[in-house]
Amino acid sequence: MTTPTKQDGGRATASAMVKAEDVHKSFGSLQVLKGIDLEVASGEVFCLIGPSGSGKSTFLRCINHLEKINAGRLYVDGDLVGYRQQGDRLHELRDHEVARKRRDIGMVFQRFNLFPHMTAVENIMEAPVQVKGMNKGAARERAAQLLERVGLADKAGSYPSQLSGGQQQRVAIARALAMDPKLMLFDEPTSALDPELVGDVLDVMRDLAETGMTMIVVTHEMGFAREVGDSLVFMDGGVVVESGRPRDVLTDPQHERTQSFLSKVL
Amino acid sequence: MSDDIDRTGGAPEDASPAKAPAAPAGQAGPQAIRAVPVRHYGRYVAAVVAIAVLVAIVYAFAQGKINWGAVPDYFFDHRILKGAGQTLLLTLLSMLIGVVGGVVLAIMRLSRNPVTSSIAWFYIWFFRGTPVLVQLFVWFNLGLVFEYINLGPIYKNYWSDFMTPFLTALLGLGLNEAAYMAEICRAGLLSVDEGQTEAAHALGMSHGKTLRRIVIPQAMRVIVPPTGNEVINMLKTTSLVSAVQYYELLRYAQDIGQTSGAPVEMLFLAAAWYLVMTSVLSIGQYYIERYYARGSSRSLPPTPWQRLRANLLSLGRPKGALG
Ligand SMILES: Nc1ncnc2c1ncn2[C@@H]1O[C@H](COP(=O)(O)OP(=O)(O)O)[C@@H](O)[C@H]1O
Ligand SMILES: [Mg+2]
Repeated sequence: MTTPTKQDGGRATASAMVKAEDVHKSFGSLQVLKGIDLEVASGEVFCLIGPSGSGKSTFLRCINHLEKINAGRLYVDGDLVGYRQQGDRLHELRDHEVARKRRDIGMVFQRFNLFPHMTAVENIMEAPVQVKGMNKGAARERAAQLLERVGLADKAGSYPSQLSGGQQQRVAIARALAMDPKLMLFDEPTSALDPELVGDVLDVMRDLAETGMTMIVVTHEMGFAREVGDSLVFMDGGVVVESGRPRDVLTDPQHERTQSFLSKVL
Repeated sequence: MSDDIDRTGGAPEDASPAKAPAAPAGQAGPQAIRAVPVRHYGRYVAAVVAIAVLVAIVYAFAQGKINWGAVPDYFFDHRILKGAGQTLLLTLLSMLIGVVGGVVLAIMRLSRNPVTSSIAWFYIWFFRGTPVLVQLFVWFNLGLVFEYINLGPIYKNYWSDFMTPFLTALLGLGLNEAAYMAEICRAGLLSVDEGQTEAAHALGMSHGKTLRRIVIPQAMRVIVPPTGNEVINMLKTTSLVSAVQYYELLRYAQDIGQTSGAPVEMLFLAAAWYLVMTSVLSIGQYYIERYYARGSSRSLPPTPWQRLRANLLSLGRPKGALG
């Protein structure tokens, strides 16, 4: 098994991997994010909870610039997302510059989004070969290691349609890890799974957290948040309502909205 | 999703015979069902009627004043073979232009750039909105507009020499086809889940790579079947290009008909050749469809042989059912 080596080891410790300052996002007239401020430290497992429609997915998608923010500032590893600052002016990044930044950010989706016309191992090899120009032999070897790490060494040749939901999600995690990201975004990775398959995926995520990966996890799995999470944020209506250590927020929520949400999901 | 796929151990647990009182004790496995299958009398009636009609038609044509002997005499005439070759060549090259043009137009049409998408919209509007025969004549007569073709130091010639009948036919058919293929490709590209593009982008793939590696291969499952239809249509539409002096199968057949005094017979001969060629092309389509169906959960489309066998079997008693 391989452990992703932290490439930014030389960097000042406790630097923020993600920093959001007053982030706003709207779709047309619908305001979805209304000023998000938060900081995710390097190596931290950061959990994001909140009712459906509160803007959690939108916020994650802003982090790798799948959505453009309308106001505020968003930094990943010290760099502005989607823009370059020159003097006091912002310049939009070109598509290929955005693509280059996305290499370092892995994303795992609720609906897996594996490529259905490729086998598990081909799914994992695709980005290293096509984006990084890695040679196929090395990529295949690496993919095999990653499959073993997520417990699916025997499924290398299976197409996504031949895998269960839990297996597909673990392949999707391996696919994201193949790019050696410094940050992993999880958008409700277990919400589309049958209950008995959730555990396998959470186990893989727990292992990943132990390697020191910075992870932002949108989840309804409060057990996971409490056990693995370093910090937790409760979002509602496009703002951060409450944040703190998972144990504190989950057992002793201060805010009334947090209390009513937790009473529904716990 | 389908979690039942991961059944470990293919052997089904032996169904307990307890709830089947009729099952003789000590027999391993469940008792096979023995029942009289439903008889499909309607199928027999339909088959008999169809054969009768077919026989009547064949008889009528055999009785007619048609010299059937002329058909085999000329079937492999070198002019016919050459014509069939030209028809096939024109079909394949026009479809190549059509498919490549169609993909490009579809991508332009779906692009966020308003200029490119308007150009594509206009192109499709124009070429789909005018008859292909008219377009062929326009290409043929373009010498009235342009006297020379002048590509600087690379190429310079009189338009009438440059625009051979072959090029006229090829451009006329190919550019028209691109407009139709554009709509087919657009439907294909739109059929691919947006999550696919998103996942590819999230991995750092560029727009181009995402299209080429992720979206287009999946769109092909939707694109191939109607494209097969277009190929067959194109094969038949090539018979129009004799209007611009290009010699293909029908034109050669008609010429032979004039000189040999068997004009109608030669039309039948041409029809037979078109049928042969379309049949061969549809077989090719099955294999292309099977290729792009890989990874799909539904079973692969059957090969022509499998279909033929299945059809023949289903006519009679379903033999395999008890096996
Ligand atoms: N591309 C989009 N266009 C328009 N509205 C959107 C889009 N994406 C999300 N929304 C809206 O933004 C709101 C927040 O969505 P989302 O971020 O998915 O919430 P969550 O993930 O917390 O459930 C919802 O009301 C949703 O309808
Ligand atoms: Mg969501």
